[in-house]
Amino acid sequence: MSDTTARPGEPKRGVWYEPDAKLRRRHAADKRLRAYGIAAIVFALAMLATLVGTIAITAAPAVTQTMVTLEVVVPEGAVDPTDPRGGSYQKILNESIARIFPDVDAPRELRELRQLFSNGGQYALRDKVVADPSLIGRTFEVTFPLSDIGDQLHKGVIDRDLPPDYRRVSDTQIGWYDRLVEQGRISAPLNWGMIFNADSRFPELAGLWGALIGSFYALLICFIVSFPVGIAAAVYLEEFAPKNRFTDIIEVNINNLAAVPSIVFGLLGLAVFLNFFGMPRSAPIVGGLVLSLMTLPTIIIATRAALKAVPPSIREAAIGVGASKMQTVGHHVLPLAMPGILTGTIIGLAQALGETAPLLLIGMNAFITAAPDSMFNPSTALPTQIYIWADSPERGFTSRTSAAIIVLLGFLVCMNAIAIYMRKRFERRW
Amino acid sequence: MSVTMLFITILVLALLGYLLGRANASGLKASGNALHSIPPYHGYYVALWCGLPALLLILVWQAAQGSVVDQLLIASLPGHLTDGVSPARISLMLGEIKNVAAGRVFGTPEQAIIEAAETYKTFQNTAGYALVVCGLSAAVAGIAFARARLSPEFRARNRVDGILRGLLILSSIIAILTTLGIILSLVIESLAFFARVPVFSFLFGMEWSPQMAMRSDQIAAEGAFGAVPVFWGTIFISAIAMFVALPVGLFSAIYLVEYADKRIRSAVKPLLEVLAGIPTIVYGFFAVLTVAPFIREFGMSMGLDVASNSALAAGGVMGIMLIPFISSFSDDAISAVPQSMRDGAYALGATKAETIRQVLLPAALPGIVGGVLLATSRAIGETMIVVMAAGLTATLTANPLEGVTTVTVQIVTLLIGDTEFDSPKTLAAFGLGLVLFISTLALNIVALQVVKRYRERYE
Repeated sequence: MSDTTARPGEPKRGVWYEPDAKLRRRHAADKRLRAYGIAAIVFALAMLATLVGTIAITAAPAVTQTMVTLEVVVPEGAVDPTDPRGGSYQKILNESIARIFPDVDAPRELRELRQLFSNGGQYALRDKVVADPSLIGRTFEVTFPLSDIGDQLHKGVIDRDLPPDYRRVSDTQIGWYDRLVEQGRISAPLNWGMIFNADSRFPELAGLWGALIGSFYALLICFIVSFPVGIAAAVYLEEFAPKNRFTDIIEVNINNLAAVPSIVFGLLGLAVFLNFFGMPRSAPIVGGLVLSLMTLPTIIIATRAALKAVPPSIREAAIGVGASKMQTVGHHVLPLAMPGILTGTIIGLAQALGETAPLLLIGMNAFITAAPDSMFNPSTALPTQIYIWADSPERGFTSRTSAAIIVLLGFLVCMNAIAIYMRKRFERRW
Repeated sequence: MSVTMLFITILVLALLGYLLGRANASGLKASGNALHSIPPYHGYYVALWCGLPALLLILVWQAAQGSVVDQLLIASLPGHLTDGVSPARISLMLGEIKNVAAGRVFGTPEQAIIEAAETYKTFQNTAGYALVVCGLSAAVAGIAFARARLSPEFRARNRVDGILRGLLILSSIIAILTTLGIILSLVIESLAFFARVPVFSFLFGMEWSPQMAMRSDQIAAEGAFGAVPVFWGTIFISAIAMFVALPVGLFSAIYLVEYADKRIRSAVKPLLEVLAGIPTIVYGFFAVLTVAPFIREFGMSMGLDVASNSALAAGGVMGIMLIPFISSFSDDAISAVPQSMRDGAYALGATKAETIRQVLLPAALPGIVGGVLLATSRAIGETMIVVMAAGLTATLTANPLEGVTTVTVQIVTLLIGDTEFDSPKTLAAFGLGLVLFISTLALNIVALQVVKRYRERYE
């Protein structure tokens, strides 16, 4: 009982007898189970950390974009000032590149040299001239992205020490790049193009804007359809429905729909919305409708829970002063349940935002180089854009895919944070 | 006028109807009548009559317009284009006409096609105008009809309540319609598929190579659509996933419920839930970016031959995704065991581990099994991880280091880029979808049954 009888290493509390071998074995088994539990949790959390960590590390290079600044002369006559869109800007740009590298003139070398500069340079130049036609005939500076290999070189992704056959940049290209650096033409500002450009075959030009707009439209449709319909269905089931076979069927249905694999919803969208109703392929409206069917069970289940939490005394009081059933629900129960309903809706929409498979089946993985004008135009969505980029072989797309995932996770974190905040702020105990 | 504008116009008209109806009722009240319902309800009544029929009309019109215009267009085509031509050819022609009408001209179309494109444009325009006229007149007629019915005795509140109730019922029926839509679309397309490929050779055939059917002499060649390797791949990857998720999820749940103190529990539980909130495409990319190369290199260093799209990578990552499912279901089940059972075991001198193994786990078993079944159904239906990390070729192998393919991968690869619904290749996707739907549904129903029975025992 006293400390003097306990040997060192024994548990100090509550042990007042000499443990025999059997008891020690039993306690060891207890410790083992505890250790398994800790190991399991450590494993799960380590995996979470690895996932987020590797994606954040791969995304890091995409935070900046390597740009090059050139002096350009747009000669009079090369571009028509009344219609500045029509000029051959690539030629103008090539000439200013040649001015920096006067020693390069063999066609093969020239081609190699131009590989360092992005194909988007001509458009950057064109936009500048279109915005201010008075630039024609003057010397001015244009800043535009380096190509993928130049970008990778700047970020150190391409290892200079490798033998030339093992890397995608030749020694001469590295030499030219170093000359650009010496002349102070290379800069690496924040990569806003990644957010505000539409998709492109060239990693240095590809951005998420089209996908963001597409996802926005799809989520908008999803919200417009599933929010009112979900609330109405839940109100009916919770407040009005008689307990009978019909309502039982509806309830079983809703629970099963919540567990149907998402790809089956994609098949539904393909067969019904695209083939039967002839809706446009790849359009955010179809994606939104499919997502709303998937979100509906989530919203219904959350709304029913919120309605259940409103105490019956509220309903009785309203009915007692002469309100109809509909007035009771509309004026009292629904407003009180609204925070819970909104929380559930935001969580449902967050799930819908990350959903990929059904959108693939209705064609929202198309290659589209402009943001959609309306919800009826072909478009991609954030997760399908990630899928497209993950499938692209260019090195630059690896970091951009990770960066796009970070953007997606950022949206999800924000939506869930709002949901948690609303739950904490407006939750009411009765 | 676009449909969106029409929609907004009708909503504005409905608002106008509300104001009119309310003003009418207020007028009646001001002239000394006792109203049955308060004026706003008269307003709601008029607004509902204005908006609902018109919006319904637009929806039906939108759904029907496409096929009606197509029929009219086919009827208007000159005889030499349509006589004795197969339906597939006609639908191709329709596509060409629409392309020409939209200004996407490839090559030099026939004169008749160009004329038909003009006709098509006229039809579309006429249909558009007719929709605007009909929609707006329906809205105005609704206002007029409803206003004519307003009177002091008119039971506006009851009417409005009735209409709203109808809308509520309609909304809850949408869940049934969705299920019906899923079943019908899967069954109808699958029937079309099974008309070409016998059910038996699909379910029990040992060779899966749908690409062969692209060749005209190979259509419905027996053996090309034998789905057994695909089913096997699905089961194999799901089994690997459960092999990872089950012990990790179960042990962490046991630790969190029985051993951990409150602080650790409240910190770890939400972190585990985060795993469930990460979109599956992120897991897929994680598998391709990190896990698959790691397993490959590790295997290589041991002198093993590892495929870059090994079943182990896809299944393992899927297992990580499923950990929170298992752990939260097990957590709920273990927490639900009454405290008295723990106390009884402790009183007999059992250690914590003995209590857990011999009392809590058997008592919580139905709940845990339910969770495992639900997680398995999730694993079977999971798409993006396997699309990105698993293989495309169907191989019957029990070696987790080789690549296998799954039902969901095949559905995606069969349907991406293909819109024609007349080849066995695309229809096969619906056959696979039907199998997937039935098996996940069965797993869910069994899981819910198991959970329900367990609830009855402990309440």
